[in-house]
Amino acid sequence: MSSQYSNRTFMGYKRDNGRAGVRNHVLILPVDDISNAAVEAVGNNIKGTLALPHAYGRLQFGEDLDLHFRTMIGTGANPNVAACIVIGIEPGWTKTIVDGIAKTGKPVQGFSIEQNGDLKTIMDASRKAKEFVHYASELQKEEISISELWVSTKCGESDTTTGLGSCPTVGNMFDKLLPEGIYGCFGETSEITGAEHICKKRAANDEVGERWYQMWQAYQNDVIEQFKTDDLSDSQPTKGNIEGGLSTIEEKALGNLEKIGRTSKYIDILEPAEVPESGNGLYFMDSSSAAAECVTLMAAGGYVVHTFPTGQGNVVGNPIVPVIKISANPRTIRTMSEHVDVDVSGILKREMTIDEAGDSLIEMIVRTASGRNTAAETLGHREFSMTKLYRSA
Amino acid sequence: MAGIPQLLVHEHHDNVGVVVVEGLKSGTKMLCCITADNSTFELEAKADVPIGHKVALSDLKEGDTATKYGEDIGKFIANVEKGGHVHVHNLKTKRW
Repeated sequence: MSSQYSNRTFMGYKRDNGRAGVRNHVLILPVDDISNAAVEAVGNNIKGTLALPHAYGRLQFGEDLDLHFRTMIGTGANPNVAACIVIGIEPGWTKTIVDGIAKTGKPVQGFSIEQNGDLKTIMDASRKAKEFVHYASELQKEEISISELWVSTKCGESDTTTGLGSCPTVGNMFDKLLPEGIYGCFGETSEITGAEHICKKRAANDEVGERWYQMWQAYQNDVIEQFKTDDLSDSQPTKGNIEGGLSTIEEKALGNLEKIGRTSKYIDILEPAEVPESGNGLYFMDSSSAAAECVTLMAAGGYVVHTFPTGQGNVVGNPIVPVIKISANPRTIRTMSEHVDVDVSGILKREMTIDEAGDSLIEMIVRTASGRNTAAETLGHREFSMTKLYRSA
Repeated sequence: MAGIPQLLVHEHHDNVGVVVVEGLKSGTKMLCCITADNSTFELEAKADVPIGHKVALSDLKEGDTATKYGEDIGKFIANVEKGGHVHVHNLKTKRW
C-alpha cells in the first residue's frame, strides 16, 4: 500500500551487502583496552579516520565475551562504516573480529601488536588506514528509498514532557514508517517496569509477547534482585527524571512506551547488540537504559539513525550513528537549544499535533540521513560505551 | 482552544495532571486540557509547581492509587488536596 511516505528518499551509501548507510566512516577499532594507544596514534596520523578507544576486551569469557565480539563486529559491520582497521594485542581475537566484519564485504584489516610493538603496528596500520580513507572518500552517495532505513530509539533524561510530546512523536514516526518497510528498534529493559503488561501486549503475537515477558522477568530476577542494596529509587527514576517531575518507575515506563506509537507491534526480541534477522519491522533489544550504552548496542545491531527524545536535556551522541534529539520541554529548548534537533514544544501549547510532530521528525530523519549533521555530531558527542555483563576472569 | 494551557492531563479518569509552563504560582486558575480529546476545564493551583511536576485533580488520600495515562503509576503516601503538588514527597512506586 502506498502512502505519502512511500516515495521519500535520502542520499546515502549503498554497501556491498545491500544495506544503506548514512555516514561514511573509516574506523580504527581496538580489540582490547591495551591497544587503545596504537589505535589513537593511527587515528591521529591519518585524517578522516575515527578511532574508538574503549575499556574492555581482556580476560572476558562466556556470554560477556560473546557480547564483546558482537559489539565490536557489529560496530565495524554497521553500514555507516565504509572500512575498518582492527588492532589487538594478539592475532587470535583480532582475527575473530576482522572475519566477522569481513562478511559485509567491506575493506577490513587486522593488526596485532605482540612481536611487532606499537611503533611498527602503528606504521603498518596507518598505511592501510590511508588507503581506506582514499577508498571511502571516493564512494558516491546514491538516492535510496526511506524504506531501507534502520531507525532505533531510546529516550533519556526523561520527564513528564517526554510522555506528552517527544516520545509520542517518535511513536507517530514508527506508526508511519514501519508499514513502509523500515527496521525499528526500542529497548531499555528495566525501564519498562510498570508498563510490562502493556508492552507484552504490543508483541506481534502471543509467543513473542511471552518470550518478551520472560526476558523482562529474568532481568528483574537475575540483575535487580541480585544486586540491589535498597530500592532503586535513586536510579530509576534518575535524579534528572525527578527534577523533571517524574515520581515513579511506572510513570516513567508509561511515557517511555509512547515511543512505539499506537499501532506498531514488535516482531522479535534481540540480545544486546544482536543484528535482527526476522525481516523488516520493529524489534525490542534487551538493553540498559543508560543512554550511551543503549545507543552503542543498537548501533552494533546495525541501526543507522537513532531518534532520541529528551525532556531535561540528555546530551548523548554516538561516534558512528547520528543521534537526533527531540524535545517538548520549553525550559530545555530555552536553556539547551544547541542540543535539540527537533523542537516539539508546540505540542504542550496545543499548537502542534502529534501527527505534525511525527512528520517534522520524519523530515529531520531524511535530512540527517542525507548528511545534515545532528546537534550531537556538531558538538563532538561520540560516546562509545560497551556493555559488560560481569567481572573478567 | 482558548489560550495556552498550563496543565495537561492524558486521560479523562486520570487523577493527576502535568504543569507545562514555567513559574506557575499558587492561586493561578489554570486552563487544563485533556489531551485525549482536547477538552478543557479550570483548576486553581494550591502551590507553586515547577514545570513538569504534577498537580492533584481531586482531594486524594494516603493509600489511594495515582492514575496517569489511564494507568496505575503508584500509591499516595500522604494526603494531597485538589490543586496540590504531587511528587516524590507524597507519591511512591508500588514496584521497588
